[in-house]
Amino acid sequence: MARWFQRQMFRPTFTVVAFFAVIAIFFYGSIGWTFLMSLTKSSLMPRYDFVGFEKYADLMDNKRWIVSCINMVVFGALFIVGSLILGSILAIFIDRGIRFEGVFRTIFLYPLAISLIVTGLGWRWLLDPTLGIQAMVRDMGWENFAFDWITEPDRAIYTLVIASVWRSAGLVMIIVLAGLRSVDGDLWKAIRMEKIPQWRAYVQVIFPGMRPVFASCIVLLMSEVIRGYDLIVAMTNGGPGISTEMPAKFAVDFFFSRMNLSLASAASILMLLLSLLMLAPYLYSEFRRRD
Amino acid sequence: MSSPANAAAMPRVAVVGMYAFLIVSALFFLAPFLVILINSVKPMADIRSGNLLTLPSEITFEPWRIAWSSACTGLDCSGIKPGLWNSILITVPAVVISVLTGALNGYALAQWRSRFADWLMLFILIGLFVPYQAMLYPTVKILSGMGIFRSYTGIIFVHVVYGLPYTTLLFRNFYVGVPDEISRAARMEGASFLRTFWSVILPISTNIIVVVAILQFTGIWNDYLLGLIFAGNDNLPMTVQLTNIVNNSRGAAEPNVNMAAALLAAIPTLIVYFVSGRYFVRGIATGAVKG
Repeated sequence: MARWFQRQMFRPTFTVVAFFAVIAIFFYGSIGWTFLMSLTKSSLMPRYDFVGFEKYADLMDNKRWIVSCINMVVFGALFIVGSLILGSILAIFIDRGIRFEGVFRTIFLYPLAISLIVTGLGWRWLLDPTLGIQAMVRDMGWENFAFDWITEPDRAIYTLVIASVWRSAGLVMIIVLAGLRSVDGDLWKAIRMEKIPQWRAYVQVIFPGMRPVFASCIVLLMSEVIRGYDLIVAMTNGGPGISTEMPAKFAVDFFFSRMNLSLASAASILMLLLSLLMLAPYLYSEFRRRD
Repeated sequence: MSSPANAAAMPRVAVVGMYAFLIVSALFFLAPFLVILINSVKPMADIRSGNLLTLPSEITFEPWRIAWSSACTGLDCSGIKPGLWNSILITVPAVVISVLTGALNGYALAQWRSRFADWLMLFILIGLFVPYQAMLYPTVKILSGMGIFRSYTGIIFVHVVYGLPYTTLLFRNFYVGVPDEISRAARMEGASFLRTFWSVILPISTNIIVVVAILQFTGIWNDYLLGLIFAGNDNLPMTVQLTNIVNNSRGAAEPNVNMAAALLAAIPTLIVYFVSGRYFVRGIATGAVKG
């Protein structure tokens, strides 16, 4: 045994096996267990009285879950489009040998170092009608000015979009900038010879050639949308009412404070399926490219 | 580099427009930080009589002192100080262990030849995108079984394991580019796999070690969800204590104290960001294009 062990030290196989065992247990084993629980009626503790997909049907009748899903789609679409547009514009400008490039980059990127909790709190204070922007504009004399989205059930979701674009636009900027800097110089020469206006060059030539770059941005942002939890907890805590609830928060709440294991598990499994569905085209193209 | 027309070659109007856009964006990015900073040194009277965007009539560090040592989280009124200490105690060992295990696994995977290699990479890659919700509850059960749920060891363990696919992939992608001759030469000398890793491979990995350490440091320091669930009351990280201070129902702290607490929670990662500049950027750029 000792000699066998010693021999393994010469080989990477031992480490590889140990590593895969940990991943298999903690990731795939846990997912399997969560899936099993989603097929039961477990509430406070796991019970193995299987009822098939009943809990998934319950989810579809659960108003809070439906609202969460709609919110995620609305929030996700606006957040992804917003981050891509702002991030790309910033990247284009930064790419033009502007003055103080370093200063601008530092400013656009620092939100990535800050936790979503602090981000959420900061924007919550800034958008608070009695303290923040609305109060400032009113104090300047526009008494009727209103910017109270964060307390409006119909609008609160947009405040989450503002805060997340604030945090993630820099990420898009840095990835797109790396893409722009590896665009072939000859392509730009040809564009200049043809006298194509710059904005058209970006929209019709440069960006279409950077499709993989945008694909990875979108995959990253989507996974942030599906996992989104901290920001909501810090900024709106799902409110007003349930107007900013999202699936990730739904699952955590039902696991740990509402003690409905099976419903939370079903919600988590649906989140997982959605992630995989979003990821599939990306993985497919990645692996095809490698072959 | 032949690139798009740089600022010097653009029409004057376009240049003005570009800088205007950049400056407005910079203000948008700086706003939350500046608001928090200004209000954290503002006397409460100023906030009551004005709004968050007015300048302080005098500068006071009283809110910082209260946030640091006497703001209340529930019944306990010892400020955010214990949270800072907990966050350091959690983050430092978790980062060191993640880096070492990630490097060892990454090196083993890069060395390991198998016809299943591609499938196993897919196995890890999917692990990157699994929403935590689909793993959380079983992880709670496994850790309870091991006797480390809600303990100091438990929270470090969870950070290391949940980070494993990510750290491993980053190192693996680096080691795939390291010439095989280096490992082979060491093996010829009779060095075991572990020996080669420790004395030959690790010393040449400084760059990637710094990148992974920064990513893990920011990620673990800014974590909220895992700390909330796995750390236990005696080890709650700063993010959790911050939200407890802000949302404290019995006599909530004043806004200026909350903001000082938020800044205290954000400072460590901001320091890492400013000190490590280029590494941080490289980290998110490599980390972003996973796989």
